[in-house]
Amino acid sequence: MSDTVERVEPDASQLPDDVLMRVNHLVKEFPISKGVFFKKQVGAVQAVSDISFEIRQGETLGLVGESGCGKSTTARTILRLLEPTAGDVFFRSKEHGVVNVATAERSKLRDVREEIQIVFQDPYASLNPRMTVASIIAEPLTVHDEGSKQERLDRVKELLKIVGLQPEHANRYPHEFSGGQRQRIGIARALALRPTFMVLDEPVSALDVSIQAQVLNLLDDLQNEFGLTYLFIAHDLSVVRHISNRVAVMYLGKMVELADRETLYDRPMHPYTHALLSAVPIPDPTIELNRERILLEGDIPHPSNPPSGCRFNTRCPIAKEGLCDVEEPEFHEIEPDHWIACHFPEIKHVV
Amino acid sequence: MAEKLLSVQDLRTYFSTEEGIVRAVDGISFDLEPGERRGVVGESGSGKSVTAMSVMGLIEPPAGEIVTGTIEFKGDNLLSLGEDEMQAVRGGKIAMIFQDPMTALNPVYTVGDQLMETIMLHQNVSKAEARTIAAKALEDVQIPDPVSKLEEYPHQFSGGMRQRVMIAMGLSCNPDLLIADEPTTALDVTTQAQIMDLMLKLAAERGTAVLLITHDLGVVAGFCDTVQVMYAGGIVESGTADDIFHNPQHPYTWGLLGSMTRLDEAQQVRLHSIAGAPPSVIDLPVGCRFKSRCEFAVEICDRVLPALRESGSPGQVAACHRANELDLKALSVRTPAKTDEVAS
Repeated sequence: MSDTVERVEPDASQLPDDVLMRVNHLVKEFPISKGVFFKKQVGAVQAVSDISFEIRQGETLGLVGESGCGKSTTARTILRLLEPTAGDVFFRSKEHGVVNVATAERSKLRDVREEIQIVFQDPYASLNPRMTVASIIAEPLTVHDEGSKQERLDRVKELLKIVGLQPEHANRYPHEFSGGQRQRIGIARALALRPTFMVLDEPVSALDVSIQAQVLNLLDDLQNEFGLTYLFIAHDLSVVRHISNRVAVMYLGKMVELADRETLYDRPMHPYTHALLSAVPIPDPTIELNRERILLEGDIPHPSNPPSGCRFNTRCPIAKEGLCDVEEPEFHEIEPDHWIACHFPEIKHVV
Repeated sequence: MAEKLLSVQDLRTYFSTEEGIVRAVDGISFDLEPGERRGVVGESGSGKSVTAMSVMGLIEPPAGEIVTGTIEFKGDNLLSLGEDEMQAVRGGKIAMIFQDPMTALNPVYTVGDQLMETIMLHQNVSKAEARTIAAKALEDVQIPDPVSKLEEYPHQFSGGMRQRVMIAMGLSCNPDLLIADEPTTALDVTTQAQIMDLMLKLAAERGTAVLLITHDLGVVAGFCDTVQVMYAGGIVESGTADDIFHNPQHPYTWGLLGSMTRLDEAQQVRLHSIAGAPPSVIDLPVGCRFKSRCEFAVEICDRVLPALRESGSPGQVAACHRANELDLKALSVRTPAKTDEVAS
């Protein structure tokens, strides 16, 4: 539980130069209440349970895990679209120095948010059907009071070109576009304020394969052109391998492994990472025929009542009774840049 | 060649909408042998689900209509059967599993009731016998404690467990053909692995033929013997899984494989990108339907819709005017990425 977490005193100056964001002991709980007139809290869902990590300047950090592991809640909490229950989120702002997003006042938060943007999964739900593309993309500019009307329109046209759409599309409505084009509009909106950091929450999961490739290539190009830093959230481990420099794996609100791409895919050490990687199909019948799958038993437990000790112990093929179900493994650096939370880490080649 | 289990000839299934006639499936032909596991792959709107619905006799006039074609199953034309006869085939000889097991199960009946309903409808057994068969069916799909699980309701099951119930229900009458429409799309990857493993084991043990409809080429690679690729209502290529994945003959199949991210790809590559989007099936272009996105299109592609013809290995067919002339295998689809060292 979170009450054992030691609070490191926020010290902004400790943020190394190459780090854009540091997340410290982040906790997000959702209360479970009962009763109709007198609501009483009877429990809490620990969606994100004390996680710490860094995002480096210019990198893409992939955040993977299955449904309910807390990856999207992590994203929304570090942007403070959700109020964190505990923890700090230090962000290096270009204009305001290091800011703790988790505790910043509203006005400060608003300033910093110009530099942090998010792209959502569902391009059908994230664009207002009653607004034109121009007003959708210009909305961040309007909200932050940037430029004159004409300047905003010019910027919209420029943005449409950047994401591979036609400037003439500005006066159309979202329903006139396909899923892939809508996602481009969402990306254009996110780019409007020239952010340094973008959170991409399953940006290609709703798209068909050929369209997925177009959007992934676009994200690659934008990163190179504008020096963007990405936090890329996905459940698809092959997409994450393609786009990320480093990859973090979450399970039931905890980070279980974090390493650079090569290490995580070639020499993973956490049994959950092993199972996850071995489960991903590879589009090649010859390879699939000879692959060994690590099939997990049972289902993910509910986060309102996580297992004691290591949260993975109920499904782990190598869990030891008396240790793994009692003592929570510490998330520690087992070799340079390779973090893991497991009592019995072991390299296994599964890809 | 072995006796055919299913033979679909020149099937056209159209829907009338306010915007016009949707030619969801537009002249497809394919055969399925007993015990064959065939993947039907394609993107949204390519007609793969409508193919399945047509075989199951689930196209409801007046909205949808099978305009032409025959669907022969073990020698009988399913399209000429009456509703009662079709009812006996559906669920009995041909079973179907859907993408979303929560909507496919009735929330107000127990899992046992729903399983027993199917069993009693197709087999001449008493209620007690049906119960035994139902419990055995749950045991076969590795649901722990099957007898007590019969008394539970669908909401008490997780997504993966519900899909196991659907498989149990589908296989409870020992069908000759199982149609699985995106059976793992709504599931997490570790659950997907469990379900595909289970389906493969059961289908192989019982010799059940499977038509696996999916957009995921990875799932197909591990499960299917043969594959047909659909695009804008038509089949553009079909052949053995090995041929399709290792030596694709149609530029669309080739492009699709090139645009997939791969778990086993260590080198950073630039994904192949098929420009544009599929045509609207309301307003299909003249000539090849893929031409506007095809980098190899020539003049004839604009005029003539190519028919499937043999290309590549024996038995492999592609609907492309240039299939025999193009050496797609030799053309590298992916190029190394320009910059990889973004972060240190």
